Amino acid sequence: MDKIRGKAYVVGDNIDTDQIIPAIHLVYRTDLEEEAKNYGKYAMSGMDPKTIEVPFIQGDRYESDYTIMISGKNFGCGSSREHAPLSLDKAGIKAVVAESYARIFYRNSVDGGFLIPYETKDRLVDEIKTGDEIEISGNILKNITTNKEYILGELGDIEGIITAGGIFNYAVQNGFITK
Amino acid sequence: MTIVEKILANRSNRTQVKPGDNIWVDVDILMTHDVCGPGTMGIFKGNFGENAKVWDKEKIVLIPDHYIFTKDKYAMRNIEYVTKFAKEQEIKHFYEPFTSDYKGVCHVALAEEGHNKPGDVLFGTDSHTCTSGAFGQFASGIGNTDAGFIMGTGKLWVRVPESIKFQFEGKFPSYIMGKDVVLQTIGDIGFDGATYRCMEYGGQAISGLNMEERMTICNMAIEAGGKCGIIAADEVTKKYLEERGVTEYEVHNSDTDAVYHSVHTYDASKVVPVVAKPYSPGNVEPAENLSHIEVTRSYIGSCTGGKTTDFIAAAKILKGEKVKIETFIVPATRNVERNFETITIGGETLREIFENAGCKIGPPSCAACLGGPEDTFGRTHADEVVISTTNRNFHGRMGSMDSKVYLASPFTAAASALTGRITDPRKYISKIEVEIDG
Repeated sequence: MDKIRGKAYVVGDNIDTDQIIPAIHLVYRTDLEEEAKNYGKYAMSGMDPKTIEVPFIQGDRYESDYTIMISGKNFGCGSSREHAPLSLDKAGIKAVVAESYARIFYRNSVDGGFLIPYETKDRLVDEIKTGDEIEISGNILKNITTNKEYILGELGDIEGIITAGGIFNYAVQNGFITK
Repeated sequence: MTIVEKILANRSNRTQVKPGDNIWVDVDILMTHDVCGPGTMGIFKGNFGENAKVWDKEKIVLIPDHYIFTKDKYAMRNIEYVTKFAKEQEIKHFYEPFTSDYKGVCHVALAEEGHNKPGDVLFGTDSHTCTSGAFGQFASGIGNTDAGFIMGTGKLWVRVPESIKFQFEGKFPSYIMGKDVVLQTIGDIGFDGATYRCMEYGGQAISGLNMEERMTICNMAIEAGGKCGIIAADEVTKKYLEERGVTEYEVHNSDTDAVYHSVHTYDASKVVPVVAKPYSPGNVEPAENLSHIEVTRSYIGSCTGGKTTDFIAAAKILKGEKVKIETFIVPATRNVERNFETITIGGETLREIFENAGCKIGPPSCAACLGGPEDTFGRTHADEVVISTTNRNFHGRMGSMDSKVYLASPFTAAASALTGRITDPRKYISKIEVEIDG
């Protein structure tokens, strides 16, 4: 697994799919790049404005300044919309680190090859601040800004699918389907 | 083994499976709609080729239902896209919008059109696909990539879930609906209490519920993070299926020595009307404790609360009354809408009762349950406080970020429509206990 390095964006518990990408935006085609970039533009736009200190996306941009999202429990709960991990991917997020995930979001992230959903036992939302420089290497997360390290959960069975880049590549590599 | 373990063992050609096993299963039905259909079809074509054929044109059920009655150009383009795909691929079960084949909300239409079968494995590109578990089948929501994979192969990998058992002994009081039952259990185990697990409902009180009420319960398994909800098929299931010409299927029951993650036992007679407060379906409290909360809108509709049983319940309370706040009525499907004309209470049709009470009635679709395009019927645009029979009360779920949503049964939503405050439906107990005509 390649190293991931970039700025962290920290959110709380129970971040649902309507916060990640509100339903009004689900009309854009995901397979046409010109339309799909809108998913980056509107990523995290359903968060309660009162809880936001720094916007995830600045102004009219299509990409975020942040690379790694840090969350608490039950990240991605709610809808089955694959537009949720896709939005984060389009915005430039490479990995989410959370204490737990809703299962459909987790599946979609892995099977669609959008981002890596790391699990952590630590309450990282209290340890890391938005804008901190983070590096993930193997199962070690290092906060460069504070010079602290944390151990992430093993990816287990799904690592093969992540390395392959999603369920289709995985199935081809394992002779399950032929393209 | 539990019911769900037996179904997954059967569809993976194994004699035994246990929770945590990752297995490949054969899929009986793949359901998709207008919001996730285009993405799924794009992924299918991208991976299997522009001219590839789906694995089985009789096993894909395409039910556009989300953004139908809107002028949004992208929403209309998506309907055109799935229509073209359905025709190219000769999809047998395509319920085309703007024709007499249109049905409405996919989870209710699946049941009404006879696509749900005990023992089957059904996946759908919608988190509320778990609704079909009411028929004793494994039914779960997936994303577009997984659906595109199934479209080409008829298979998908699943991790066998542990099951949580919810046992309701005795009989539910007349004022209790499936919605109260499921909200109570979500409140008890928490908003993520069933993550990666199956929620199995049983007991004498559950056996006493009709299929629509069972669907309401299984529908909201996802709101506790559940992979699926399930209720064993019985005589009630059999009769519902017979009326739709479905006679061949496999009935599974959990073994007496089946292993559960946990078992929760309830005295059904003690269940009270409950409401889930913003912003989580697990934020549950008895309706009677919330009489100080003023509401500005009542909304009765969706896969969760827009079935015929739901509107009979609402009509019982609204009959002969005037609503105090704006009240939206959205039948889930054309079939439910037709029942508005044929079912009567005290000589008045459901439609007459709703119209005379001052309700606004919209066409069948998902409508404002998930907000949707700006011109969606019943969508919030300001700081509305909604008492709703839908399934989610997240921030901005029904449209506006400033509106609030309280989730409740149709009895509670109708009672609150009459008072403008959250109202325990036991206030109208004599109306609740009136039977429909005939």
